[in-house]
Amino acid sequence: MPDIDVRINGIRYQDHVEPRLLLVHYLRDRLGLTGTNVGCDTSNCGACTVLVDGTGAKSCTMLAVQADGTEITTIQGLAGGEGAGAPEDWHPLQKAFNAEHGLQCGYCTPGMIMSSVDLLQRNPDPTEDEIRHGLEGNLCRCTGYQNIVKAVQAAAGELRAAGAPGAVVGGQS
Amino acid sequence: MSKIDPEEIVEEIEESGQLGHPDHHVPLVGQAPRRKEDARLVTGQTNWTDNIQIPGLLHAAVLRSPMAHARITSIDVSAAREQPGVIAAFTGADLQHHWAGGLPCAWPVTPDMKQPVHLPLAVDTVRYVGDAVAVVVARDRYAAADALESIDVEYEPLPAVIDLEEALTDATLVHEDQGTNRAFDWPFEAGEVDATFDAAEVVVKRRYFQQRLIPAAMEPRAVVVAPIAAADEYTVYSATQIPHILRVMLALVTGIPEQKLRVVAPDVGGGFGSKLNVYAEEAMALILAKVLGRPIKWTESRSEGFQATIHGRGQIQDVEIAATRDGRVTGLKVQLLADMGAYLQLVTPGVPILGAFMFPGIYKFDAYRFGCTGVFTTMTPTDAYRGAGRPEATFAIERIMDDLATELGMDPIELRRRNWIEHHEFPFDTICGLTYDSGNYEAATDRALELFDYDGLRREQAERRERGDRVQLGLGTSTFTEMCGLAPSRVLGSLSYGAGGWEAASIRMLPTGKVEVVTGSTPHGQGHETAWSQIAADALGVPFEDVEVLHGDTAVAPKGMDTYGSRSLTVGGIAVVKAAEKVIEKARRVAAHLLEADERDLDFAQGTFSVRGSPEASKTIQEVSLAVFAAHDLPDGMEPSIDADSVFDPENFSFPHGTHLCAVEVDTETGFTRIHRYVCVDDVGNVVNPQIVEGQVHGGLAQGIAQALYEEAVYDPEGNLTSGTFVDYLVPGAPDLPAFVTDRTVSPSTTNPLGVKGVGEAGTIASTPAVINAVIDALKPLGVTDMRMPASPERVWRAIQEANASGGSAGQAATGTTTLTAQAGPEASA
Repeated sequence: MPDIDVRINGIRYQDHVEPRLLLVHYLRDRLGLTGTNVGCDTSNCGACTVLVDGTGAKSCTMLAVQADGTEITTIQGLAGGEGAGAPEDWHPLQKAFNAEHGLQCGYCTPGMIMSSVDLLQRNPDPTEDEIRHGLEGNLCRCTGYQNIVKAVQAAAGELRAAGAPGAVVGGQS
Repeated sequence: MSKIDPEEIVEEIEESGQLGHPDHHVPLVGQAPRRKEDARLVTGQTNWTDNIQIPGLLHAAVLRSPMAHARITSIDVSAAREQPGVIAAFTGADLQHHWAGGLPCAWPVTPDMKQPVHLPLAVDTVRYVGDAVAVVVARDRYAAADALESIDVEYEPLPAVIDLEEALTDATLVHEDQGTNRAFDWPFEAGEVDATFDAAEVVVKRRYFQQRLIPAAMEPRAVVVAPIAAADEYTVYSATQIPHILRVMLALVTGIPEQKLRVVAPDVGGGFGSKLNVYAEEAMALILAKVLGRPIKWTESRSEGFQATIHGRGQIQDVEIAATRDGRVTGLKVQLLADMGAYLQLVTPGVPILGAFMFPGIYKFDAYRFGCTGVFTTMTPTDAYRGAGRPEATFAIERIMDDLATELGMDPIELRRRNWIEHHEFPFDTICGLTYDSGNYEAATDRALELFDYDGLRREQAERRERGDRVQLGLGTSTFTEMCGLAPSRVLGSLSYGAGGWEAASIRMLPTGKVEVVTGSTPHGQGHETAWSQIAADALGVPFEDVEVLHGDTAVAPKGMDTYGSRSLTVGGIAVVKAAEKVIEKARRVAAHLLEADERDLDFAQGTFSVRGSPEASKTIQEVSLAVFAAHDLPDGMEPSIDADSVFDPENFSFPHGTHLCAVEVDTETGFTRIHRYVCVDDVGNVVNPQIVEGQVHGGLAQGIAQALYEEAVYDPEGNLTSGTFVDYLVPGAPDLPAFVTDRTVSPSTTNPLGVKGVGEAGTIASTPAVINAVIDALKPLGVTDMRMPASPERVWRAIQEANASGGSAGQAATGTTTLTAQAGPEASA
């Protein structure tokens, strides 16, 4: 079995993995990082989105071996380090999803937030239309997306005001 | 070891300021405090069923039939048993003796309903693509999936039964032992129906189609069973809406005594009715854990879920409406064919029967005939999907009101005004025997028209038509009501449903003054933890943060009827109110004792008992909690507890309503439809949390619009589900939906003390006809008069071409319907 050396949420892991092991199963089943969810088996729903070297990626569509040498951030590392910390330490997107009611059941939320991080890194001041298209790879069945759009807008404003769009994640942008 | 002095602890707690003080409680009902649920959900610390790890956990994988209908002539799992990491493999025959009963249908709608036995694993015949035929248990999910490849099954194909009308010829029987594909006939009639239609000046007759839909909650189903096999005790974790019902039913299916089963619904990622069921895999996992003595996990893949989780809708609706020339509706006839699929699941037959009561909608007339035939087919079983019978009914009545308006040359809103129940007529007894509690259709409609700028859009429509624009504008209306708060137990009994409609709540007052609210209503995205905290905090006068809501575990919340049918707040929320009232009454007795006052002289406000006339003599309810815990000084004979249980059984349903207006732009060259403006004004009575209510409306709209424009479970003639992934089954993404304009009017329900009505399904029920009415309105000048759903670009384009080809009057044929224009009255319509 191949070896991988990967940094996830700031922690370095060295592991033997089956070549066919999906990254999302490596995260969930091997490392117990169950914050990242699986919602489909066709790369449509985006529930499993993480950041690989700072860029959004569907972790059900990557093999664990492809993550060798990369730096990965999952929803569980977004607020910095392992664990989530208190609400005041959350990432502006986490705060905004809560404030704007951008989630109901919450299953799509980790992927939706990670995709939004990616979106705001590329476009710190998106229009409503740009947000909707920017998140088209992430399905939500509960919210009708309206409050997700509001949350992303609110977080974008917050990040711009802080003068550090996207720079908060994994040292990448 | 230091000595523990209880008095010291009591003093410490008292001095800590945790026990509340007067005048600090700001009412929370009607506010939108941030959701308590979100902390774990936005940080990834959620406990989904698939997250559960237990030492020794094994993984199950299910082999499914690739054929819609076939006899299993041979099946061999021996090679699978030899695969690395495989612990066991079973066929249907291997497990057959473990079933004490088949998977349940709790709603025998008629005494003679055909109820075929539904074993979790098929034994000799498969009846839909996805029917389970074998199960493998292995050390991990990859090994289990691999081993499925080694199972050898031979099938003798039988004809698929896909078409509802063809099914009723019984040429091919889905269940040979039943002798017919007709599951039941359920009739209802009120008033002089034949006479009304004979005398009608205008009759419009239509056939509408409700396509099959796939609920597609974002969390796939999953189940984990942790056994103590030696003691025959099991904990079942399931991604379910109904842990309490599941517990009873699993006891019946497996024969394991109910008291030996604990069912837990951990965090559940959406349901929409799809997790309101008792599934083969839940029963299988339980029996596998029993047989193997090891914990078992099964998690559905999405592709598997498309086939093996219930579908929704699936009806052919023949609808006739009678009216006078000046637009007064006099009667309605509805005949349904309802697609049951291959088996009757938990409430499959009851779904169209719930709908029976809603076809009259918000309108007054005196003659109504309804009939429904349930039909077996070789497709995935259907069951409740968001709205469950009510979206179908609302679609039919709101579509035919528009068709009647067209027939009469009348504005569709004016036609509705002439027929709806006016606000001063509530409570109103309907032709179906329901009593609508309250409403104001005039107010909701007026507000919606204003927000929508109906007149302005009509002008724009006329201009575009005059210019012959490629992109035409269409306006659609839906003025709906629905029945929520399922349900008065005696009504359910009269409809032959197998259980009651009550809900339970308990309130536990903790020594430190904190409060636990235990609810039998199990949430999966609705925000019970927040809303119930608001209700309990207000009722008891304690801080929102001091309330913890417990749910979803039969060991923690032993009594419940669970979450479906927009019932949580109107039934479960009221149970919380009633439990709080009991707590206060018990606490009053203690407070009176401590204050040396008469109970009758105590006021309770802001969480504080005070002696009338001397307000400085007071005790907060949180102080009383501590006093009761210590139990040093209680009234004579009083047991040391002010905790309380309540079970609330509603006297009536509640009837939310609203007016939804949709404007679509239809590209007449490509058939592409885009929602231009969507306005809805819903009246869901009083509101506990406006942000949650708005979220429910948004999500409901998304699903209703999806039925109108995007989603359809498509089967080919051989019975293969050809829309079996998110690639083919178009759950809308963010760019596919507009920003909605929402508003509310408030007609408090008169059937419960909070005046609340329920909101979970409203958007879905209302929006589908609004969108389709708008699409047809856009294409009316081109001769299109009907539109099958979903109104995909191809369907719309074809409808336009057909209408063109037949000189602008053949929209029906174009969309495959067989609608007849009414000619029934003595003054046949032109």
